[in-house]
Amino acid sequence: MTDDEFTAYQALADETDDHRWAFGTGFTDPLEGIDTSVPAGISADALAAYCLMLGDDALIYSHRLQQWMTRLPELEEETAVANIALDLLGQARMLLARAGRAEGAALAGSTGLAGSTGLAGSTGLAGAGRDEDQLAFFRPEHEFRNVRLAEHADADFAELAGRLLIFSAWRLALFTRLQDSADPVLAAIAAKGAKELAYHRDYAAQWVVRLGDGTELSHGRMQAALDSLWPLVDELFRTDTVASDLPGVAADPAGLRAEFDGVLAAVLAAATLDQPDAAPLAQVAGKSGRDGVHTEALGYILAEMQSVARADPDATW
Amino acid sequence: MDETPVRSEWPLFEVFLRGKRGLNHVHVGSLHAADPQMALHHARDLYTRRNEGVSIWVVAAADITASSPDEKDPFFAPSGDKVYRHPTFYDIPDDVPHM
Amino acid sequence: MTALAEDRPDELEAHFDDTIARDRRIEPRDWVPDRYRATMIRQIAQHAHSEIIGMQPEGNWITRAPSLRRKAVLIAKVQDEAGHGMYLYSAAETLGADRADLTAKLVSGRQKYSSIFNYPTLTYADVGVIGWLVDGAAICNQVPLCRSSYGPYARAMVRICKEESFHQRQGYELLMTMMRGSAAQRAMVQDATDRFWWPSLMMFGPPDDQSPNTAQSMAWGVKRHTNDELRQRFVDMTVPQAGKLGVTLPDPDLSWNSERGHYDFGAVDWDEFTAVVKGHGPCNAQRVAHRKGAHDDGAWVREAAAAHAAKQAARDAGIKPGDTLDGEAG
Repeated sequence: MTDDEFTAYQALADETDDHRWAFGTGFTDPLEGIDTSVPAGISADALAAYCLMLGDDALIYSHRLQQWMTRLPELEEETAVANIALDLLGQARMLLARAGRAEGAALAGSTGLAGSTGLAGSTGLAGAGRDEDQLAFFRPEHEFRNVRLAEHADADFAELAGRLLIFSAWRLALFTRLQDSADPVLAAIAAKGAKELAYHRDYAAQWVVRLGDGTELSHGRMQAALDSLWPLVDELFRTDTVASDLPGVAADPAGLRAEFDGVLAAVLAAATLDQPDAAPLAQVAGKSGRDGVHTEALGYILAEMQSVARADPDATW
Repeated sequence: MDETPVRSEWPLFEVFLRGKRGLNHVHVGSLHAADPQMALHHARDLYTRRNEGVSIWVVAAADITASSPDEKDPFFAPSGDKVYRHPTFYDIPDDVPHM
Repeated sequence: MTALAEDRPDELEAHFDDTIARDRRIEPRDWVPDRYRATMIRQIAQHAHSEIIGMQPEGNWITRAPSLRRKAVLIAKVQDEAGHGMYLYSAAETLGADRADLTAKLVSGRQKYSSIFNYPTLTYADVGVIGWLVDGAAICNQVPLCRSSYGPYARAMVRICKEESFHQRQGYELLMTMMRGSAAQRAMVQDATDRFWWPSLMMFGPPDDQSPNTAQSMAWGVKRHTNDELRQRFVDMTVPQAGKLGVTLPDPDLSWNSERGHYDFGAVDWDEFTAVVKGHGPCNAQRVAHRKGAHDDGAWVREAAAAHAAKQAARDAGIKPGDTLDGEAG
């Protein structure tokens, strides 16, 4: 037996600069080397809140996809869905990191008042803002700002496809506009994210068509899936005050509806499916996901996601 | 127990990749897909996960006609009419020893 | 016209034996003895099954990963394992097997997978220890397979070994970080090591004197080293790594033997191994049921995709519903 057969194994104990870990998941801060100062004229508080919203959408959505791994109908779908979960997690990491930096800028620039980003209970140093992990693992449900669609559990593969079509068509329309954001960091995140979302939308659309125009059974399930999901659509396009505080930086969701409707109509037609006619899911005393008022599902999602991190807050991971 | 061999519902596709600095497409493996569009999508996921490839070809295995590697050799008959990968079953006896 | 291969079996066998003897590769569509084909399909398939089943114990911790970076690394690792399973099923199919048939044999228990995956993953440290010990043992087994006599298998193994070397480093790096972290983290690493050390040694299979088929497998270039040789190699490489981490391996008989130039180690509990291989391990039923469940629950999806493809193909060929065979509209 030759020693050189085991070089890969022996290299374990060696120090290495090789950052070619799986999928570029290196050790660096996702925004390292990028100038994250908030441009003049932009409200740092509002920017932090906006990035947190978009980051939470991706973080919680990715969690639901992660729960599908090892349960998909075919091995090839395992790699496809894992890719989408990884892409969304990557977007979440960058957006949460950006939110934390903006939060820090707000702290540094403020007269000590806690802003709308929920700084009470922060574990960051004054002026530093929280990092991606502090935001992901140590906020309670009412401080999460994702839309309720993101936290929905897919009852079957038809819901996985339908929900992903809705989410990625909406988010792609949004990110396409954010590529022109006056915040250069948000613009860069959106440019990278848009390419990924186009791929996700394409994957979801192909499956909606295959299931809609497949067997009688799959057609029935795909229609039922859309009917269940449709009440969560209107919330995606509701104008929110955070975006309104960021002219030139954020995009008003209401302006995305026409593009979204066009995409959905085309896919549903190819899939021989009917557009559902469901009433939107009501808010709670005028509030929903963007206000931190969620469905009962989010509590269980966070209990699972945050459990190991919260069990040992002094740990280093 | 029903001993009838099971067949895959999705046909086999062969995948050919031409890397960034490559001159021609090279066979890298196979996968199952319901249709060519799905095959291309999956080939991108499975065979370019490290950004190794640029151009991908997927071909249904049933559409490939291949010669035998040893055709010049008198041991083997010309077999241009057979497919590259013969999709018949090989029923594996249960008493084959473990490694 | 050249003679048909089937007319000259002795020459086919001699050609095959010669290829093996010269350490050349057997490629798809080369003539091989039935026993070689069957053995090769079974070995490759069981390796593929191990990758797919192996996604479960590690996948168990994705949603609870304690940092976003660790979560991303773990998702990518589990995704790699799905990919490895597919490369290997692909290699088995070049020998005439069918992936759905191999899956049916897995879920019915007629084909096996590496017994290590019948152990539960109980803490986040298990993720690191699986990378360090289980992937480490797998690499010891797999690097020699890069020189397997069967070409597609050897090539799949080269690709798999490259990717698994990253996985090992990721696991070891996680453990290093934990050992430099809190007291609770250090205790978690030691506990995971205590649970996975002996099962990792069992990954190399029974002792040589209880493996009668090793000789034939080595003669065919299907197996390159004996179980005990590989197990000894793994111990020798891993002991210093444990020292560097600061964990104790749970074997009081572990000691350097300068005469042999190797570490002496204690007796493996072969009764536990036999029980797990026979199906009584802590997670056997759960792992297989999970795989079977995913496959069965997905049948309607696979059928729908096939039905859609058929409809699309008919549309592309210009066949409309109701047409008669001679093309007249019905």
